[in-house]
Amino acid sequence: MNRLKAFLRRAAVPALSVVTALLVGAIVIVLTDFEALAKIGSDPARALFWVETVNGKTVISGALGGVVNAYGAMLSGAFGDPGRIITALQTGKERDIATAIRPLTETLVATMPLIFTGLAVAISFRAGMFNIGGGGQLMIGALGATITAIMLAGQVPSPVILIAALTVATLAGGFWGFIPGFLKARTGAHEVITTIMLNYIAALVVFFALRSPTLRAAGSTSPVSKNLSPIVDVPNIINLPNIRLDYGFVVALLMAVAVSWLLFRTTKGFELRASGFNLTAARYAGMSAGGSMMLAMALSGALAGMGGGFMVIGTVGQLTLDLSGSIGFTAIALALLAGLRPSGVVMAALLFGALTNGGKLMGVQSGIPFDLLVFIMALVIMFVAAPGLIRSIWRVKVAKPAPEIAAVTPTGAPTV
Amino acid sequence: MRLELRDISKRFPGVLANDKISISADRGKVLGMLGENGAGKTTLMNILSGLYKPDSGQIFIDGEERVFNDPVGAIQAGVGMVHQHFMLVPVFDVVEAVALGAETVKDAVGTFDRAAARKRIVELSEQYKLDVDPDAKIQSLPVGVRQRVEIIKALYRHSDILVLDEPSAVLTPYETEELYTIIRSLAASGTTVIFITHKLNEVLEVADDIVVLRRGRVAGKADPKTATRQQLANMMVGRDVELIVPKGPAKPGEVVLHLEQVFVRDDRLEMAVNGVDLDVRAGEIVAIAGVQGNGQTELVEAITGLRSADSGSITIGGRHVEKSSPRGVSDLGVAHIPEDRGRDGLINPMTVAENYILDSYHKAPYSKNGVFDLKAVRERAAQGVKDFDIRTPSIDTTAGSLSGGNQQKVVVAREFSVPVQLVIAAQPTRGLDVGSIEYIHRRLVEQRDAGAAILIVSTELDEVLAVGDRIAVMFDGRIVGILTGDDATYENLGLLMGGASFGGGVAA
Repeated sequence: MNRLKAFLRRAAVPALSVVTALLVGAIVIVLTDFEALAKIGSDPARALFWVETVNGKTVISGALGGVVNAYGAMLSGAFGDPGRIITALQTGKERDIATAIRPLTETLVATMPLIFTGLAVAISFRAGMFNIGGGGQLMIGALGATITAIMLAGQVPSPVILIAALTVATLAGGFWGFIPGFLKARTGAHEVITTIMLNYIAALVVFFALRSPTLRAAGSTSPVSKNLSPIVDVPNIINLPNIRLDYGFVVALLMAVAVSWLLFRTTKGFELRASGFNLTAARYAGMSAGGSMMLAMALSGALAGMGGGFMVIGTVGQLTLDLSGSIGFTAIALALLAGLRPSGVVMAALLFGALTNGGKLMGVQSGIPFDLLVFIMALVIMFVAAPGLIRSIWRVKVAKPAPEIAAVTPTGAPTV
Repeated sequence: MRLELRDISKRFPGVLANDKISISADRGKVLGMLGENGAGKTTLMNILSGLYKPDSGQIFIDGEERVFNDPVGAIQAGVGMVHQHFMLVPVFDVVEAVALGAETVKDAVGTFDRAAARKRIVELSEQYKLDVDPDAKIQSLPVGVRQRVEIIKALYRHSDILVLDEPSAVLTPYETEELYTIIRSLAASGTTVIFITHKLNEVLEVADDIVVLRRGRVAGKADPKTATRQQLANMMVGRDVELIVPKGPAKPGEVVLHLEQVFVRDDRLEMAVNGVDLDVRAGEIVAIAGVQGNGQTELVEAITGLRSADSGSITIGGRHVEKSSPRGVSDLGVAHIPEDRGRDGLINPMTVAENYILDSYHKAPYSKNGVFDLKAVRERAAQGVKDFDIRTPSIDTTAGSLSGGNQQKVVVAREFSVPVQLVIAAQPTRGLDVGSIEYIHRRLVEQRDAGAAILIVSTELDEVLAVGDRIAVMFDGRIVGILTGDDATYENLGLLMGGASFGGGVAA
């Protein structure tokens, strides 16, 4: 019961931030629907909300109707249509089932790399290292996996290639993360600068590598690798046509458990957290500050690299220059939304995965551009960063110190 | 002006901070307000200065009831406040900092009339002997002078009632003496002064009346001419406390800590410790007295492995530790109570339990092969909380939310949770109230009697005199004298701390 209460108290601000951001998004949809709003004087009902049946189909229009359409499309794009899923399951036709559940599985596919990179950010931030280089570490991991797969192709059985590619991806990402950790520990170079620069370097390393005919897709003039799925493919969870969801997602969840265990149940995790909170006190307690920095960055890079590996030999199937896209930065946002907790990272990644995936259908169906989702995600982060605002909007009570604590606050007056 | 507070009550969620407090102070008098941390002093003063509104009760100034809606109202009524933490803009000069928010203007555009402000500041500083250079930058001024600027700032706003909140907390003994002079001259010219503190000597020294608060109520009033430190301390704490923890004579044994010609550089690479020789034996407490900044910090850091000595020999139990890491030193059975518990000794956002294991987390029984045994951690931490009477809602409470005294108890409990041969305690009772000081001193004496060697570094003369078996005075990076027994007096210590050599002492 207490745990539930504690969870609700922690989750209140992030959850309300999401709700608030969606409401603001709705207001933007309404206020930018100029065609509908132009009718506000002559026909307010049509201007705001209008339901009619056209050719046997229910059509909703008006500015408020636009919100319903947009968010409706986003929801079905992210989770599918429940009615359709049930019907498909009843008929039992593989193709129908696949089509019905595809929105949901695609959401999980989009979520997978976000979990890996979100965990990567969480572990480094916990140690006080602001790893902005998740994208670069992911790319280097993906490159490692691609090279391994192509080099080993046809020489060893594909399960061996699978293990080898993922191992190399993890190690390569870890190495890419270790560099800024080492530089910080030994020379004091700020990791924000070095990781950002290493993002550029990573992108260019991938670009150069993809010039090689060994890696590049045959006959392609653009820098994309060969299709890796004939060589090696992470096994799918559900074997249906067009469904990409594979065991990479399960590994991502396992990694969340592992990171949680590492941070809260092991002495290394204790050192990381202690150094992250207060480097001086950690040093006084005999911990090696430099060691924690390097370890945290290497682990962080390894997680991002593993995510990149699972993308190229799993869900995406090939290495492209825009593989990481904005994942590195989204990961920072979602890790903060998650309060740097691994369980929170999973939930936040699911949210962002759903928004990203659902946003595509919204763009197609309702004419509201995908950019609105970027706008909403940015608002979520802003609101999470301003908990006072959320508390005052929603009249959530400010978490009060227990009376025992209040009575012992040094000033004699509890902070108000 | 005469100030009277009548039946002031203020409740915060879960705590009655002020419970029908009535106090009064006459024109030109100094009212000393004494109380432990959490007694409600600051709340009461925040009510007087308009920051908080009382739930009930009245404020009278010269017999007329006043209601303050905000700090501006209080300032207009003549109440000036000098906070514990100064509110001055560091890059401003004194004239700008004082005039800020009460600027005089000389034309319609609103150009600041600096000359007029400067003139008035010079007048005030002469009138009240507040020696301040009006053109100096705030950031270049020592804390004692900054405090004078704060006082000028209040006087500049025509304050007839001046509230000083723990004004001596940041001052050296000499600066504190100067502050007393200033307070007396303010009172002599008709200002009513309210002096808030938890230090007994100060109210006895400077106040005309004393009121003691405890748990939000007036615990009693006292006359400084007749009251004793002991009476005031008992009133503050609500029970009989021992200002000087009783201890038998030391039974010095083997040398545990041996320092020979130790030189240590500070962060600016200047020599902070200039050849210190000192022995601390098992079963004795050696106290290092001295004004802050005479090399004590660097010396402690060199002994505990946090800073490497430039040259010289440091041995603990016969083992050389000049090259040891902090953990290497700690593994020899050395407890270290650091100078600044918030910065060095605790990780405030972590829980009491986590802080309790902060420097032995990697050993049994807390962990095995790098994995925690959470049950053992929780059991031991709970035991530590019990043994050391740490007042915390639970072991899962964050250390930062505890009071200063309880935070220090967490540090002490942790350091004494393993067998120790040497205790290094730097400013172990800084900022703590009487009850906590008594407790910490008692624990240190217990460790001594159990056979540990204890080295205490303190700037508080009361502390070194109360617990030290031998008192070494440090000045300019050197031990300038070691006092024992009858030689250990305030006067001799004061002389040595100021750099005079002392004939009776033996420079060891």
